[in-house]
Amino acid sequence: MAFESLSEKLQNIFKNLRGRGRLSEADVKAALKEVKLALLEADVNFKVVRQFIKSVQERAVGQDVLNSLTPGQMVIKIVNEEMVSLMGSETTEIALRPSDEITVIMMTGLQGAGKTTTSAKIAGKLLEKNRKPLLAACDVYRPAAIEQLQVNGERMGVPVFSMGTGISPVDIAKAAVEHARREGMNVVILDTAGRLHVDEDMMQELKDIQEAVHVDQTIFVVDAMTGQDAVNVAKAFNDKINIDGIILTKLDGDTRGGAALSIRAVTGKPILYAGMGEKLSDLEQFHPDRMASRILGMGDVLTLIEKAQAQVDEQKALELSQKMRKNAFGYDDLLDSIKQIRSMGGISDMLAMVPGMSAKLGSMDVDESQLGKIEAIIHSMTPEERSNPDLLNPSRKKRIAAGAGVPVSQVNRLAKQLEQMKKLMKQFGGKMPGMPGMPGGRRGRLRFPF
Amino acid sequence: MEEKKKGFFSRLFAGLSKTRDSLKSGFDSLFSGFSKLDDDFYEELEEILIMADIGVATTEEIIDSLKEKVKDQHIKEPAQCRQLLEESIREQMTVDENAYDFENKTSVVLVIGVNGVGKTTTIGKLAAQYKKAGKKVLLAAADTFRAAAIEQLTAWAGRAGVEIISGQEGVDPASVIYDALAAAKARKADILLCDTAGRLHNKKNLMNELGKINRIIDREYPEAFRENLIVLDGTTGQNALVQARQFKEAADITGIVLTKLDGTAKGGIAIAIQSELHVPVKYIGVGEQIDDLQKFDADSYVKALFDVPVPADEEETAQNSTAQEEN
Repeated sequence: MAFESLSEKLQNIFKNLRGRGRLSEADVKAALKEVKLALLEADVNFKVVRQFIKSVQERAVGQDVLNSLTPGQMVIKIVNEEMVSLMGSETTEIALRPSDEITVIMMTGLQGAGKTTTSAKIAGKLLEKNRKPLLAACDVYRPAAIEQLQVNGERMGVPVFSMGTGISPVDIAKAAVEHARREGMNVVILDTAGRLHVDEDMMQELKDIQEAVHVDQTIFVVDAMTGQDAVNVAKAFNDKINIDGIILTKLDGDTRGGAALSIRAVTGKPILYAGMGEKLSDLEQFHPDRMASRILGMGDVLTLIEKAQAQVDEQKALELSQKMRKNAFGYDDLLDSIKQIRSMGGISDMLAMVPGMSAKLGSMDVDESQLGKIEAIIHSMTPEERSNPDLLNPSRKKRIAAGAGVPVSQVNRLAKQLEQMKKLMKQFGGKMPGMPGMPGGRRGRLRFPF
Repeated sequence: MEEKKKGFFSRLFAGLSKTRDSLKSGFDSLFSGFSKLDDDFYEELEEILIMADIGVATTEEIIDSLKEKVKDQHIKEPAQCRQLLEESIREQMTVDENAYDFENKTSVVLVIGVNGVGKTTTIGKLAAQYKKAGKKVLLAAADTFRAAAIEQLTAWAGRAGVEIISGQEGVDPASVIYDALAAAKARKADILLCDTAGRLHNKKNLMNELGKINRIIDREYPEAFRENLIVLDGTTGQNALVQARQFKEAADITGIVLTKLDGTAKGGIAIAIQSELHVPVKYIGVGEQIDDLQKFDADSYVKALFDVPVPADEEETAQNSTAQEEN
């Protein structure tokens, strides 16, 4: 399945629109059809998508297309803004009572969402904030769930309260809070068993815990890969036990994570954290704006643009494009572009931000060390050789290779590559082909996907 | 066999019926609420399929081929259309007769998947079932990463009454597999079930680790029958397709175990996977009891798939169509 990014599709839709000042209803409809598909492919719930598209459409029709923006950008901007506002425009933290009182946090969710791991991660975060957390093992059903919490707690340096599997979770919760009070601890995290939202008895158990001890924060832990059913699950949990916040787990996978949007839409509760890895420190603050781009499949384009803009020195860019036009591009200039790529965080970082690339990156190795080798080769050249590549003869190449510690063949390859680049530049009328961070002019090859 | 099927069927429905009080069947309303096969009808059908996590691409394929058949066979009635649709999905999802051959041979079953899908639990249930069927079963606890994963599998081994080979937490999982293969040969086990750590398919080093485990089994026990089962969480959306694709690359998967179908999720992504990768669903998990892991039955799956719950606020429309039906 060829993955064409949403922004590319929008670009195609709007390519005949140049010169018009306003977006017509038909334009918007065509564009939003693509947005709808993108959202569905990202697992946003069908009904949520329908609602969302409707509200975007109302806003988008008749919008002025600003000079600086293409219509495609305009639509994406509106979609993005709507998504961010739907997802909560700011980051939130778990609300805690003052240090001299006990805050009780209850972790809930389906089986396998990652409650036990996340419980330990939160405890670690609280420890950093000079709180005294206690983990309470209330999962008496899954084999070895208590051991898992104990091991994780030990790794974090957080005590774990458990009473084995023979006692009801409600009693364990009560005893845990009592234990915390005696030991002078101020946060109790209840790790409960995974359960289905349709299992009345098990849902009642959570309610019983809420009644038996005063639970301040009921957290719903949910797998970011969840599909269409996320709304049913989230709604049922929220209706039955009134959740206070959401934690998304397994976001370090390559899922687009549309469930986040669905869950927000049906519960209206804030997403607090995102689980980004298996290490206990990998629990990150949730950024609604970044999640919006991810769901749309646009990668972190905004960050990429920001970085590129920040890194390209306007003056240098101008000089460079003049050089290209005169076909005077030399090794020094190549060195500069490598530096620019580096300062943007390296090739793989950049590729990961390009829409549609992050999925492909999994099976592709970007060899950053190649850049280092090229740099070494160029550094082994004299200033004359750098600005006048034609000077390189076999004996010079041999010297350069020895200086850079590479075989002569690599110097040859670089020389050839530079030659090809120059040829390409000539063809494109002095525009740098496909090199990010390089000046390309309006019709150049440097094109961000809208 | 008849008995078993019934048990499975009722279990699957029991899971769904928990919500049924406030829910009505949308699919029935679709096929009885529409009098002709127009765009609205297909749009509604599209919604139902997408809501089941089948995905946009596969849904489009299904509907396109349905439209073609409707045209060819001059079908006018929505009810006939339903039958057609059910048949084509059933046909696609039907499991080959030899899909369970490994159960009657000396075999090594490698169980893989992302985190939290239910690999360890699946192995525990399979072990109990095979043991009950008179097989000599051996477990390999090769999830040496997650805290207490070994204890969890050991608990299952105790319940099922089977032997288990395990190493220390943190050791190379390939070494545990190596030991387990030697033990399986020495103890003449019929089936060796290998548990592995959950891994996200985009973590390259972890997928390489899996490839290594897979090669070791091939190399050390070439005469054993190989079965690689990927466990997929039935609530997972479109990402499951990417998961299956990547896991297939690391270790050729021969079957899918679809878990957690006792909630309201449909696991429709399995249809997309079947149509793209041709990997059949072999087992399905519909509850926490040992017997709740069942052999996949395309018939009941398709029935459950199209039994679409409708939220209470839309009940009105469902009732309207029921009224029409009664008339």
